[in-house]
Amino acid sequence: MNRFLIPLGVFGLLVIVLAVGIKRSPEKGIIVSPLLGKPAPEFALPSLTDPAHVVKSSDLRGRWYVFNVWGTWCGGCRAEHNTLMEIRQSGAVPIIGMDWRDSESEALSMLQQMGNPYETIAVDKDGREAVDWGVYGAPETFLVNDKGVVVYKYVGPITPDAWQKEFLPRLPQRQAGAPAQPSKS
Amino acid sequence: MLPELGHFALILALLLAGLQAFFGIVGPMVGRDRWTAAVTPAVAGQFVMIGTAIGCLIYSFVSDDFSVLYVAENSNSALPVFYRVTALWGAHEGSLLLWIFLLSCWTVAVSIGVSRLPQRFGARVLGVLGVVSFGFLLFTLATSNPFTRLDPPAPDGRDLNPILQDPALAIHPPILYTGYVGFAVAFAFACAAMLEGRLDQQWARWTRPWTTAAWAFLSCGIALGSWWAYYELGWGGYWFWDPVENASFMPWLVGTALIHSLAVTDKRGLFKSWTLLLAVLAFSLSLLGTFLVRSGVLVSVHSFAADPTRGIFILVFLVVMIGGALSLYAWRAPLLKSQAGFELGARESFLLFNNILLVIAAATVFAGTLAPLISDTLGLGTLSVGAPYFNPTFMLSMLPLCALLGMGVHANWKRGKLGDKTRMLLTTLAIAAALGCIVSFVIYSHGKILTPVGATLGIWIILTSLVDPIERVRRKLSLPRAVVGMTVAHIGLGLFVLALTTVESFTVEHDVSLANGAATAVGPYEFRFEGVKPIEGPNYEGVGGTIRVTRNGMPLTVLYPQKRQYYVQRQVTTEAAIEMHYGSNLLVALGEDLGAGKWSIRIQVRPLVNLVWLAAFIMAVGGGIALSDRRYRMARTAEEGAPVVPAATASVTAGEQAR
Repeated sequence: MNRFLIPLGVFGLLVIVLAVGIKRSPEKGIIVSPLLGKPAPEFALPSLTDPAHVVKSSDLRGRWYVFNVWGTWCGGCRAEHNTLMEIRQSGAVPIIGMDWRDSESEALSMLQQMGNPYETIAVDKDGREAVDWGVYGAPETFLVNDKGVVVYKYVGPITPDAWQKEFLPRLPQRQAGAPAQPSKS
Repeated sequence: MLPELGHFALILALLLAGLQAFFGIVGPMVGRDRWTAAVTPAVAGQFVMIGTAIGCLIYSFVSDDFSVLYVAENSNSALPVFYRVTALWGAHEGSLLLWIFLLSCWTVAVSIGVSRLPQRFGARVLGVLGVVSFGFLLFTLATSNPFTRLDPPAPDGRDLNPILQDPALAIHPPILYTGYVGFAVAFAFACAAMLEGRLDQQWARWTRPWTTAAWAFLSCGIALGSWWAYYELGWGGYWFWDPVENASFMPWLVGTALIHSLAVTDKRGLFKSWTLLLAVLAFSLSLLGTFLVRSGVLVSVHSFAADPTRGIFILVFLVVMIGGALSLYAWRAPLLKSQAGFELGARESFLLFNNILLVIAAATVFAGTLAPLISDTLGLGTLSVGAPYFNPTFMLSMLPLCALLGMGVHANWKRGKLGDKTRMLLTTLAIAAALGCIVSFVIYSHGKILTPVGATLGIWIILTSLVDPIERVRRKLSLPRAVVGMTVAHIGLGLFVLALTTVESFTVEHDVSLANGAATAVGPYEFRFEGVKPIEGPNYEGVGGTIRVTRNGMPLTVLYPQKRQYYVQRQVTTEAAIEMHYGSNLLVALGEDLGAGKWSIRIQVRPLVNLVWLAAFIMAVGGGIALSDRRYRMARTAEEGAPVVPAATASVTAGEQAR
């Protein structure tokens, strides 16, 4: 046995491991987030609609929610707005918005014109919270389960198709179809 | 039009890379010199094309062309021009283009450098680089085209990831990639030697400066990345054993081994097959790093976006490049015989230990990085490997390495006797141990078990590195740059070990409660609390504390930690104030209001943390000095067909007694 073949053999084993690793990594289109399967970041941010109210991650525990990062400056966010409105109307799951690096007055006027799909909207003025979420660009949407764990991350404008194929199947049956529980402060 | 021009230029570059690879490898094989001569023009043409492509993309960024998808995703009209340019490498497609561009720069430099080498050998080196470039260009065009258009154009861009908007990070990727890519040159030299079936001491001398240059860039790149993580991410640490960090650290460790192994091959004609293997490994680990970062196989804090389909492409590329090189190795390496021998205790044996320990260190990092993947593959569940694994296993190989370094730099080639140097070594060791104990128990007074060991080793490395140059200057002997460079790099390592030891051992964290005007002492520092004042921000109000810091009674600085309240009484965020002084990192954070003007305050002092990065830069500077040595320039004057200079004469060029 040629000892100079050993490196090649080790490399062969490595390739097998890597190939299996690729096969097991999530299917195409999902952008892997380090948060998947981990608890969503804790946050406490001022609310857009009611400055006296604080949107807190601890208040969201115990139910599923969609966490949508958006901004008025972002074209993709306007593109997905109608889909978000439809989701709100379907009552499948509450949508928590995070207005990212935006002007509050512009954000409010956009919601006035196009409708408000969000149950509550947190304001992340300086973008610090977005860093914790690993936000790469808006829009980005996270699905968080009742234990506060991030189940899924979607990058780019949500299309009705993506909602049907990616989000709905991940929601528990009784949650899908059940009316969203409004929680006013 | 410009994005299309850039895209077209990339396609032309791909064709030219193909020609470069074909003529460079097949030309010398079939002995057609006119084919061989076509390699250099292909290199130049490819450089122009890739330069055009990257220029087009930069123009699209600067001119806010949001009809280009990549620009729309990574820039914004409000982004400053500086960050619009650096946004080029803010995501996958652009970083890949940067990677290719830097490879092209290295290739042009190599084509100039090898013009004085035997023509066929030079063509083979460039041919191998052409294969690498071809693979990456194909990868870019097939899976990650940065010029893809967006229809309709976005009204504005999604902006560059805010945490990437930082000067340190803006220059970090080009420097890091220059290092990564630079190992492609050593790889190409190794492959060319194996294709040729001949490896002599001259080969090692040709390869050394390229390897040292790549290593120096990689050192800087890693240090910058670590520095950035410390400040911008604010995690309060400088190294996290994150997969992406490890991906750059493994080639560095193997590259360091390669530098030392090349020295032996150059001076003594030994370790030939081992040097070849290290050259192949260093670049393979660079490629593997790219794979790990880009494929989404491993998830890390750094990977904001990854795509498994790209992973498959890179994996195939890895199989072709690394598999090809290792097959070549298995075929050719047995032919390389080393005649000379050496005694245990000779410098060769120390460098052998250096190599073994560095490779073990790289292997432990490798194992820890891939452990989650392997355990997942074998169905053993998800495994998380962190500092509790990495720190002790890494030290296991690094402590002996540092200990042997002090002796190794004074050992003779070939002969095993340390002779009259034994006394000097014992003296420096005694001084180092005394200083180490002073640092551990007198200056800081509360060391841990490894503190005196680390401090002693760090100081000993510095002392023993200095002995030889001082001796040379005293006896008015020549001091070649290679020796100066080596000394500087080793001093850098000594300082690094020292800095690491003090930071890890003596970081002080105090939680105190202070009334207005009261003070607390942490080491030589005194922190005097001067009360809080209300502050107001765009969406918060709160209090800002004033803490006056003095060092040994001398006023040093004033820190302003804040406690912000986001509109509602209960919600509070803490903004710590961080400042550097005398290499110590002072951190002050406001805690709770204890009433009656009293506050709880957290104070951290990290001594010498700046030295960790500074030492890494000193090591890189050492590399820079070493590669400017005359002997590398003189070595290039060999004519084609000239007989290989035998070992004995080769090692007696000017300034050679570089022992």
